[in-house]
Amino acid sequence: MIAVTKKLWIGLVVLALLAPLGLIVPSVFNAEDAWGEWGTDTLQKVLGYVPERLKQTADLWKAPVPDYNFGSEDASLGAQSGSYILSALIGIGLAGGIVFGLAKMLVKKE
Amino acid sequence: MHIPDGYLSPQTYLPLYAVSGCVLAVALKKVKTEVSTKEVPYLAMAAAFTFLIQMFNIPVPGGTTGHAVGAGIVALLLGPWTAVIAVSIALIVQALVFGDGGITAIGANIFNMAIVMPFVSYWTFKAVKGKRSGKKITNVASFLAGYLGLCIASLFAAVQFGIQPLIAHGADGRPLYAPYPLSIALPAMGIEHFLFFGIAEGLVTALLFSYILKHQDTPAYAMKGGIA
Repeated sequence: MIAVTKKLWIGLVVLALLAPLGLIVPSVFNAEDAWGEWGTDTLQKVLGYVPERLKQTADLWKAPVPDYNFGSEDASLGAQSGSYILSALIGIGLAGGIVFGLAKMLVKKE
Repeated sequence: MHIPDGYLSPQTYLPLYAVSGCVLAVALKKVKTEVSTKEVPYLAMAAAFTFLIQMFNIPVPGGTTGHAVGAGIVALLLGPWTAVIAVSIALIVQALVFGDGGITAIGANIFNMAIVMPFVSYWTFKAVKGKRSGKKITNVASFLAGYLGLCIASLFAAVQFGIQPLIAHGADGRPLYAPYPLSIALPAMGIEHFLFFGIAEGLVTALLFSYILKHQDTPAYAMKGGIA
């Protein structure tokens, strides 16, 4: 069991290092955002207008690391891949850490 | 499937916030009574895994992308209630830190990916496998669990998108929120998930499930019985 746990953690870090594939493969095929996740620029292009309330609330939240990218939107694919790996590691730490803390607080059963 | 801010009307996202909040409260209670301290690291791992797997965008014909969610495998290994917590936390981190999914839509996104998906996956596995045992049926059941979990979740998201033009439009007749009606949203979301992303989710679920069953001595939640 201990050995498997260690392997799974290593697996997660390997997955984080491979994460840029999720950026590079779509860019090779010129694939854009997921359906229903377009920004206002894309909507303007596709629809010819941006729905009024959508426009008002689209930028409601200023995420500290928008799109898992620490640099600018037109940073090179290499730089974006670096950002992506760093985001993946931060994600492991935050999501894993919060759940760990929450469960530690709740769970009393041996 | 991460609905951004602005796509859903308050008439849609507020009730979904309420429903997801209630389910999360129940899930926390379940985790408190059912999970033991030695399982806590697995919960953390599950949240980290679902966060990561969602970074692997897959391009599909039509110029869009999508990805697996990972809620199915977590539901089979640790149970659907635990999956609710693990996937919800991953989604909240994605929305707040990385702007992936809107903050007004957190309730909706949790509902689709952290509630509908793990339960559909879990029940699918139970229904397909039944009382039979064996490698083959377990693989088939876990593949279908991941596949259907993601596909059904995508249809829920599609309905939430598709009802927006019915809920609100401006004086000029243009929709105020998500612009596409059900007749476009359902096939658009359905086709790409049933043909592509669902298969990716099914493979991730089946491969990981068989690997972990082989190497771990404690039984997976889905192998122990019980309907939730």
